[in-house]
Amino acid sequence: MKLTMKKKNQLIGYAFISPWIIGFVLLTAFPLLYSLFLSFQDVRVTTNGIQTDFVGLNNYEIAFGVDTLFTQYLLTFIQELVLSVPIIIVFSLIIALLLNQQIRFKGFFRTIFFLPVIIASGPVINELMEQGVTSIPSIEQYALFQAIMTSTDSFVNTFLIYLMNNLIVILWFSGVQILIFLAALQKIDKQVYEAAKIDGASNWECFWKVTLPSLFPMVVVNTIYTIVMFSIFALNPVIDHIQSNMFDISTGLGYASALSWIYFLIIALALTVSVGLMTVRGSKKYA
Amino acid sequence: MEGRLSIEQKKKLKARVNKSKRFLFGMQGKEGVLLKTFVYVLLICIGFVYLYPLIYMVSFSFKSLEDLLSPLVNWIPSQFYFDNYLRANNVLSFLPTLMQSFYVTVLPALAQTAVAGVIGYGFARFDFPLKRTLFVLVLATFVVPPQVTMIPRYVFFNELGLLGNIQAFLIPAVLGQGLNSAIFILIFYQFFKMIPKSLEEAAQLDGAGVVRVFTTIAIPMAVPAIIISFLFSFVWYWNETYLASLYFGNQLSTLPLELQRFVATFNQLYSGNDSGANSINEGVRMAGTVLSILPLLLVYFLTQKWFVEGVDRSGITGE
Repeated sequence: MKLTMKKKNQLIGYAFISPWIIGFVLLTAFPLLYSLFLSFQDVRVTTNGIQTDFVGLNNYEIAFGVDTLFTQYLLTFIQELVLSVPIIIVFSLIIALLLNQQIRFKGFFRTIFFLPVIIASGPVINELMEQGVTSIPSIEQYALFQAIMTSTDSFVNTFLIYLMNNLIVILWFSGVQILIFLAALQKIDKQVYEAAKIDGASNWECFWKVTLPSLFPMVVVNTIYTIVMFSIFALNPVIDHIQSNMFDISTGLGYASALSWIYFLIIALALTVSVGLMTVRGSKKYA
Repeated sequence: MEGRLSIEQKKKLKARVNKSKRFLFGMQGKEGVLLKTFVYVLLICIGFVYLYPLIYMVSFSFKSLEDLLSPLVNWIPSQFYFDNYLRANNVLSFLPTLMQSFYVTVLPALAQTAVAGVIGYGFARFDFPLKRTLFVLVLATFVVPPQVTMIPRYVFFNELGLLGNIQAFLIPAVLGQGLNSAIFILIFYQFFKMIPKSLEEAAQLDGAGVVRVFTTIAIPMAVPAIIISFLFSFVWYWNETYLASLYFGNQLSTLPLELQRFVATFNQLYSGNDSGANSINEGVRMAGTVLSILPLLLVYFLTQKWFVEGVDRSGITGE
């Protein structure tokens, strides 16, 4: 049998990606469905292997009704996500803009700002947090801070306190994002700026009308990246809770699977909402 | 004429004001001194905030108990006190753990890079049915949190007897499902897309097969992408403690995992009858933290050029 050139090429293409196809089916698609299946079961690990018992939505009901810890962790997680992601994005954009100017020691600064990516392991950050180095020391005593605290309402207060207590952790999450923004900034055509300047645009106008629109796709990319990294980070109490339930005899794998699926759905929801909002607004504004 | 200026004086004054304005705030295309200073001050401040934990760690790791308790000693210890490091070295069992860390980090990173290269090449160079769907699925795997697939994988590996063994990391890496594999496939995909196709076609005319073209033309040209992928993969595997503790149990350990158990191990080793000199303090803990990140820091400072330029050159931001 002789294969046509096209057919042959198709087969070779499949051959190249075959490891991924096998891996995807065995280690991602099947586990995904299996954990969904487990989440409706009562799972007991016996010497004969795993025994399952269908319990319907029971696990989910326990997660939301009985397990107060889980709902509490989940709420804190959502709160932190909503607060941190915009801060990380805005902050990394600012640093990228600063670094994009003609300054000396650019390489040095880039090296510093990227450093956290290298040591962002849970136990290290945990040690640092326990020593209290991840918050700005004694900021609460400054007069300015006090003045802000007394003059604003409680929502802004929570926001500020969160920001102050977690500033370094938040900054430490922005290494990759800074680089992505920086790379995108360097790819913007200089001529666009020149044209805008000739038309009398100020730096401020240039930023809003030229820089931001061209960075827009990268804002979306960075948002996705930040949300994912934030949610799979090992210090996250939700993740800890899932693991402790995995090995808890009274709850077990079925319940842990239900928890991880709830978690997965919330992350997926966060991604669709943020990316959806941005692309709808973005396409209107920047199309 | 008191208080009033002649037209000429006004003009002069205006020119002078403009000049100083230009000096401070800058003109179009050139920044003024004020703005420049502001940028540098901002960068240095933020840089300090970034480095603050590191400086704190190093400073505290050299403090003896007296220094820690003394309110007079703030940043610079009164003497170089190496005892903390000696103890931390014992607690972490530094060298053996370091070897194990490299073992469970380098091998999966190599496998992941190699496989991501092959897969990325397949997607970049060949056309086949369902290609777009499959590529979307590749990217989708990035947003699936490891926690969801973790439990079935755990059960699966348990039944195959792969737990407590490097294969629990290696097999997903070989099948393109390792840590953040999607990112690496994307990097290689973008990279191979950028290489002109005519080069490969020339080789094919000379009679080279697909495998030969891939190994002798595509791979040598992808060296930057290979370095970047390997480095990132290395760092991400190194820092992964959650899956490591789950899959490896007590069989294998890494420096971050030992750091996690630091206090417990310390108390076991030095469960002194007296409190004081033998009990754990910030100095020892910081010394342990410094030791556990030292190898990565060294790798980073030797290779930071690739790390930092990597995102640029790999074309992750798209063309």
